[in-house]
Amino acid sequence: MTETTETIKTSTGRVLRTEEMVVNMGPQHPSTHGVLRLEVVLDGEIVVDVIPHMGYLHRCFEKHCEHMTNYQQVVPYVDRMDYVAAMTNEFAYVVAAEKLLKIEVPERVHYIRIIMSELQRIASHLIAIGTFGIDMGAFTPFLYYFRDREKILELFEMTCGARLLYNYIWIGGLSHDLPPGFIEKTKEFCKDFKTTLKEVNDLLNYNEIFIKRTANVGVLPKDLAINYACSGPMLRGSGVNFDLRRDDPYTMYDKFEWDVIVGKGEMGAVGDVWDRNMVRQREMWESLRIIEQAIASLPEGDVQKAIPKRIRPVPGDAYGRVEGPRGELGFYIVAEDSVTPYRIKARAPAFVNLSVINEISKGAMLADLVAIIGSIDIVLGEVDR
Amino acid sequence: MGLLDQKFESSNVVITTMDDLLNWARLSSLWQMQFGLACCAIEMMAASASNFDMMRFGVIPRATPRQCDVMIVSGTVTLKMASRIKRLYDQMSEPRYVISMGSCSNCGGPYWEHGYHVLKGVDRVIPVDVYVPGCPPRPEALIEGLIKLQEKIRNESLVQKKAV
Ligand code: SF4
Repeated sequence: MTETTETIKTSTGRVLRTEEMVVNMGPQHPSTHGVLRLEVVLDGEIVVDVIPHMGYLHRCFEKHCEHMTNYQQVVPYVDRMDYVAAMTNEFAYVVAAEKLLKIEVPERVHYIRIIMSELQRIASHLIAIGTFGIDMGAFTPFLYYFRDREKILELFEMTCGARLLYNYIWIGGLSHDLPPGFIEKTKEFCKDFKTTLKEVNDLLNYNEIFIKRTANVGVLPKDLAINYACSGPMLRGSGVNFDLRRDDPYTMYDKFEWDVIVGKGEMGAVGDVWDRNMVRQREMWESLRIIEQAIASLPEGDVQKAIPKRIRPVPGDAYGRVEGPRGELGFYIVAEDSVTPYRIKARAPAFVNLSVINEISKGAMLADLVAIIGSIDIVLGEVDR
Repeated sequence: MGLLDQKFESSNVVITTMDDLLNWARLSSLWQMQFGLACCAIEMMAASASNFDMMRFGVIPRATPRQCDVMIVSGTVTLKMASRIKRLYDQMSEPRYVISMGSCSNCGGPYWEHGYHVLKGVDRVIPVDVYVPGCPPRPEALIEGLIKLQEKIRNESLVQKKAV
């Protein structure tokens, strides 16, 4: 696999050659965040080419959708696709299914869904930043963030009984209403969590070592990000002001006041690793704002009123999309005259974001490649489906 | 240390069997292979993070199989991954143990029927010592599995020849 890249002549006339080397990173590697395998072509320590190999976690999502006995049974499999943000996944699937079935759900359901998906966004970003910190050699933020993530999981657990994969958001409603005490606990969480956010901001994001390792690394220019259809913090980190929650307000997001965070290149070029990480960090503040507003104006109602007894859509198709923690998450459902879906295709943001890795890591050092992978925030369950 | 400090009057001698001593040492520092596969890996991470703190049992994640005593197979094993898991297991030095975490690695889990690319149980490629059920198992369940493994190690004998 080696080839000559360049020849150097010594003073005595002997020819020295440098050779490229292929190194495999993964599928078992602590910083690939799962079972991703990267084939890295190196010239010394400089990355020449990166070829991602996938499929180590291909769990046959589409096949399972075809074989379910109804539309509702797909939801648990949707959970398991992006297991770090299961609530948002359910939300996306349900948005698509309700579009297909033309179901109107009560306002309370919308509000609870928004609260849940914003809590989930925080939980997901906590993992993303925490593990990214480990990759950069900072272990403490991971511990702080996991401590607070457990508080969110406790909220989910008291609502639906599960810690990680919920099956909570159903087509037309929710599996349970909010339990007593949820509102108070969420308010308390929002208050306490701000302290941690400030703390970790100083500890990690403005840490000199962290800045040195992340600023000006893996710069993703604006046009490249758009050409590769990147979305989420990846796109916003490059300075593109685009967020589905504002630009295509599904459910009730237009009722709340919050800001779209974009990367500004404070520590180096716009769209570097530091920017992407910072977008996640700041988005958690915005999510807290949305949660607080939603809780303050939570309407009353029956959350199971609109759940259909039997789902048999008219033949057709629908595409529903939401802004997940990783970007635009969409489901395309094709229905035939039957109780099972004909086909369900998922547009997974992590998969699309990963495709840009080759472009942005050319010329970087091997150690920076770890930073770049961490900043893309991939979840392999979603990449391979 | 506070519990033991100043509790003994002179330097005493403890007599124990070789097996007990070795087993006590081995079960108190089970180094784990840092190796996440799917959803269950997130719960494994949670188990070793702040709230559950698996490290108090001496379980320290290591990135290379050569330094590890126990492999926690946490998640769905696909056909493509199975040969890699076998190889990683072979790279571990003996005595080595395997905890199978979650329904997927126990038996295929939710993918048991239509998962054409999912291995129906990791015990088809490597021997498993402890099975932890659940989808995903809670961190407490994983810790329970670990304690079960420690019990198993406690009753083993490295000194005596095994009956064939
Ligand atoms: S057992 Fe359940 S939670 Fe664990 S990997 Fe399989 S599907 Fe995911």
